[in-house]
Amino acid sequence: MAEQKKGWFDVVKSSYVWKSVFRHEYQDTYRNRVLQVSSNVFLHLHPTKIRRHALRLRFTWCMGGITFLLFLILVVTGIILMFYYRPTGEYAYHDMKYLQFDVPFGMIMRNMHRWGAHAMVIAVWLHMFRVFMTGSYKPPREFNWVIGVNLLVMTLMLSFTGYLLPWDQLSIWAVTVGTNMGRATPVLGHEGPFADLVGVNARYDARALLTAGRLISPATLLRFYVLHCIFIPLIAAVLMIVHFWRVRKDGGISGPL
Amino acid sequence: MAGKAEDGTNPEVHIWRIAPTRRDLLGFLGWGAVLNAIGLGTLAFVRFMYPRVLFEPPSQFRLGRPGEYAPNSTSEKWIKALRLWIVRYDDRFIAVSAICTHLGCTPRYLGTEDKYKCPCHGSGYRGFASGWRVNGANFEGPAPRPMERFKLSLADNGEIIVDKAIMFRVEKGEADRPGAFLPFA
Repeated sequence: MAEQKKGWFDVVKSSYVWKSVFRHEYQDTYRNRVLQVSSNVFLHLHPTKIRRHALRLRFTWCMGGITFLLFLILVVTGIILMFYYRPTGEYAYHDMKYLQFDVPFGMIMRNMHRWGAHAMVIAVWLHMFRVFMTGSYKPPREFNWVIGVNLLVMTLMLSFTGYLLPWDQLSIWAVTVGTNMGRATPVLGHEGPFADLVGVNARYDARALLTAGRLISPATLLRFYVLHCIFIPLIAAVLMIVHFWRVRKDGGISGPL
Repeated sequence: MAGKAEDGTNPEVHIWRIAPTRRDLLGFLGWGAVLNAIGLGTLAFVRFMYPRVLFEPPSQFRLGRPGEYAPNSTSEKWIKALRLWIVRYDDRFIAVSAICTHLGCTPRYLGTEDKYKCPCHGSGYRGFASGWRVNGANFEGPAPRPMERFKLSLADNGEIIVDKAIMFRVEKGEADRPGAFLPFA
């Protein structure tokens, strides 16, 4: 048998470096198809096998997937915006306008972030609605529903904290109204029930923790910026990891009714 | 495997439950240290989020000498600048916050009818003749509670000082508290 001539790609594939990165063979076999998913850090979130109904758009609406896609878009565009945005009282509004009117592609980055945020809230609600209507919250998936509710809260908190960052009249008064609700927190808000028991006041209560003082001020802007860019996305990412993992551990996407 | 005693209990387990071993003690101390570190760190973080100094606009303002206000009158002198009325009775001053308790508009003081009236949704509040305790009490329209009062005090040079950061709520019986009014002989 004549020895087949090795192409350059075969040489690369048989090299030590290639084999140290890609642990499986490349032939199109069932085993390799599974390995290509399960041994890839980016793809291993997917199950190696799924049931046929899970691909039906009429069943899933793909709303969970779209929510995750929007989250990724928001992370990318958000990090790009961070190159120009300074979260201080003097600069925040002007940096937002600078991004809109002068920075090349600044307008589309800002608008992708803004509209993506709106779309993510809508997609989360639709995902929740679908999960409810298909009964996918029932055992053994009841804990994943709880994680999902926490993810909903994180999405809304991201929306709320991001709303202050343009630092215009709309954001300041929207956040004023929103944080004023914190005054009525039971026990921890200075206008809420049982406030006298723990002695909280306008200077030291749940709302002041969020707004860094009695008013919406530059200190609030910085605090919301850190919450928006670091704190809440981290918690949301951890919850998302658990959420996706539990989908598979609880038996995959639920079956048709 | 440890042998079992006649009553079915495992003697080793029995001893372990009465007297903690060195491993139990070290485990207790170790986990205690970890939990203490987490707990104290959390408390320190919460305190960290409340700075001692706030860089906010001043909340205290000097309003001139008591004699500058006409006896038995509702002064609108500060309504534009500070959004409050200074009301002088025979024996005291009160500072009524001009924020409607319905949705936060600024009511107007109607002298001829002697009442505060909100132009937005028609909330009405009692005026001067109702007395210092009832002044500012809601009696018509959608307002849910009386208008609030600011803290009043006297400066060293005899000027009235108002502190808008400290408020008193009449419906909670706070109208008699020190600072809710400025005594005036």
